Amino acid sequence: MPAEFAFTLNGQATTVRAEPAQSLLDVLRGTCGLKAARLGCGLGQCGACTVLVDGEARHACDTSMEAAAGHDITTLEGLGTRADPHPLQAAFALEQALQCGFCTSGMLMCSAALLRRNPLPGEQEIREALNGNLCRCGVHNRIVRAVQRAAKA
Amino acid sequence: MTRPPVPEGLRAHPRLGQWLAVAPDGRIRATPGKVDIGQGISHALRLIVAEELQVAPLLVDMAPPSTRHSPDEAVTSGSLSVQHSGAALRFAAAHLREACRARFAQRIGVPTAAVTLAAGVFRARGERAGYGELADAGLLEAAVDTSHLAPRDGRASALGALGRGDVAEKVFGEFQYIQDLAPDGMVHGAVFRPRTLQAQVHETVWSRLLPRLEAIEGVSQVVRDGLLVGVLAEGEHALAQAAERVTLAGLWQGEAEVPQPHEIAGWLQSQPLDSVVIEQRQDQAPAAARTFRADYGRGWLQHASIGLCCALAQWTDGGLQVWSHTQGIFNLRRDLALAFGLQVDAVTVSHAEGAGCYGHNGADDVAFDAAWLARHAGGRPVRLQWTRQQEMTNSPLAPAMAVRVEASVDAEGRLVAWSQDVWSQGHGTRPGRGATPALLGAWQTAEPAPVLMAVNQPPNTGGGSDRNSVPPYAVPRLDVRNHRVMAMPLRVSAMRALGAHVNVLAAESTMDEIARALDRDPLAYRLEHLAHDERARAVLQEAARLARWEEPGAHEPGVGRGLGFARYKNTGAYCAVVAEVEVQQLARVRRLWIAADVGLVVHPDGARNQIEGGAIQAASWTLLEQADLGPAGVRSEDWETYPIHRFTDVPAVEVALVDRPDSPSLGAGECSIGPTAAAIANAIHDALGIRMRVMPFSADNLMREAQRQGA
Repeated sequence: MPAEFAFTLNGQATTVRAEPAQSLLDVLRGTCGLKAARLGCGLGQCGACTVLVDGEARHACDTSMEAAAGHDITTLEGLGTRADPHPLQAAFALEQALQCGFCTSGMLMCSAALLRRNPLPGEQEIREALNGNLCRCGVHNRIVRAVQRAAKA
Repeated sequence: MTRPPVPEGLRAHPRLGQWLAVAPDGRIRATPGKVDIGQGISHALRLIVAEELQVAPLLVDMAPPSTRHSPDEAVTSGSLSVQHSGAALRFAAAHLREACRARFAQRIGVPTAAVTLAAGVFRARGERAGYGELADAGLLEAAVDTSHLAPRDGRASALGALGRGDVAEKVFGEFQYIQDLAPDGMVHGAVFRPRTLQAQVHETVWSRLLPRLEAIEGVSQVVRDGLLVGVLAEGEHALAQAAERVTLAGLWQGEAEVPQPHEIAGWLQSQPLDSVVIEQRQDQAPAAARTFRADYGRGWLQHASIGLCCALAQWTDGGLQVWSHTQGIFNLRRDLALAFGLQVDAVTVSHAEGAGCYGHNGADDVAFDAAWLARHAGGRPVRLQWTRQQEMTNSPLAPAMAVRVEASVDAEGRLVAWSQDVWSQGHGTRPGRGATPALLGAWQTAEPAPVLMAVNQPPNTGGGSDRNSVPPYAVPRLDVRNHRVMAMPLRVSAMRALGAHVNVLAAESTMDEIARALDRDPLAYRLEHLAHDERARAVLQEAARLARWEEPGAHEPGVGRGLGFARYKNTGAYCAVVAEVEVQQLARVRRLWIAADVGLVVHPDGARNQIEGGAIQAASWTLLEQADLGPAGVRSEDWETYPIHRFTDVPAVEVALVDRPDSPSLGAGECSIGPTAAAIANAIHDALGIRMRVMPFSADNLMREAQRQGA
């Protein structure tokens, strides 16, 4: 049965009506109209739907609305703006760290979580932190350089 | 420069206004027919237009292609967008520039030579005018005169430093992919089908399943047509529940006969074959002293894009509108018209970008699915997105291949004879080319269109499985044949580089093997046989220089280096790769050094990005990937059952571009695939002394070959 769920979304108190088992990703994209978190597999295997839940990287596709309720959710739309970009966004643009860009949102959110817990990660730490995020275009090395650049910013 | 050939698209659509339009404020609108599939082509095309017009690139708007307003440039494939669309736009922009210059000169009363142009402003005798004032509708009606393209005299492209315009949109989460479109009144749809082309439906299962689907909250309609089951719902959550119920029901009994993973070559060779000669040469040659013969191959591969195939469709007044991430809007339009019995003019296909596309994936099929289901939606637009499992199991596979090379050298070690035989299914079942629709769903309705056997394009337009089957080296006696396998238990079609992946592996492994057997340096041995091709030698030497090939480094145990080279399609970009591979339980590529010659470089960063991305994708195919097939179809249905390389698997990559400003631009997106596979194989041999000839070079296959070869 649908129910009301309250949570913080990109800094704003938000209430949605959803099925308890409905995925956070479905609610973000369908109900809230925030499209940056992307559906790649729905299985928690690719990382395209990564968002921050209380500052930690989580797959929105296999997080139920019931589990997300009461938490602080940040999507790419809440990470930074053109006027005030997150250092990662500025660095991804400078490094042109994408081809199709479909995985980019998840890459940025996973990297943001990494930099929160480790502001100056080494290259290997970055690669390991991003290992759950898949890219098929082969932009991995550009992404690693962008994260390194953002960490130094 | 050597003028690029006039592309087919421009011959068919010679009117200038078909390619370029000018707003009164001077903004330029370009309408090419090639589409963005993650490669950033519209940015390269924008740079070409801006350079020829001598305006700032940001003044050029790129119109998303639609059958409403775009020229038919066929399919965005084969690394031809810069070659075809880029050349067409270069000719068109040069015409527009010179026509505006002439008009301005006439207005002022000066010879055209007295008119200067900078930053989009024509000047003479203190007067000035921009494109917006000079280019009226009449001027744009002219047929493009291709004589206006000026020689470059060695001038490199000056605008390439600017980054892609869509990058910021994507980094700030503003960009709308096709998956994000949500027109008013939209309803969600799903289509379920067996994983094989033909199957039996268990009708008793269906009679139990139907009410269970209709009972899901939010489901508005369930449709059945032959093998297809369609569901319309108000939200995606209801469709996810429907997918679960269909999967558990076991509705279809598949019947594909597919070989075991280690019996693929034998299977290919034992099917009915359509054999053709690709190239033969019987020049005078010294007697053969030694002969090298070996078999190479790969299994079926999967596209495995990170995004899901998606389309929107809407029926209005007997017409059909479709939004698709297809590679060919006109081809798709044609086959949708065939499938639904419409005039082509009643169908509009507009392109909207999806996730990265590396060949003929399910984009066209999901467009059929959306259109098929939208007939039941009462005029509402239907959004249809495949699930990950559908993405992996419905999309065409990249064909398996077997390649046999027999090469002979004379007493001095020079190549005297080379034969190459290729066994593979055709590499294309694309829509828009036959008398009946080549769309998966159209083959699975109650009145199905016939399944079309995969074909190859003719060799002179790039071929298919035979791509790069003719070696680039000087050899007096040549015999290259392609054997098209006339069996298709599961659908196959084009994937990046087509046959070049295996053909280049085969040729370059052979060259490496001969050089080692003769105790010659593999680089020097190749160069000796490339005296006729300076550009080929240049990229090989550049890759060797980057990798310090000639320096005898300390040989680490289990670490090796290998070389691979090809000119893509034998007519496209040149690419040489040096790989450094470390082998323990499994092989890991540590570094790749790549040199490429793509003619005049339009956008250096974009070209490097494509070449590196292609190499990283090729390393994943080569070391790791093979579809898991069974009688019920594709079993590798997600990222656990079809793993691809991850961040810790990916090598460091260095790319050098050999700029050739006086040569026509060549596509960059596929040239590194074959050379990377070959360089990896040769590096594994350097590390272990084992020749890996059949991909993937997985831990299991390495172990098997190590035992077989007694290393």
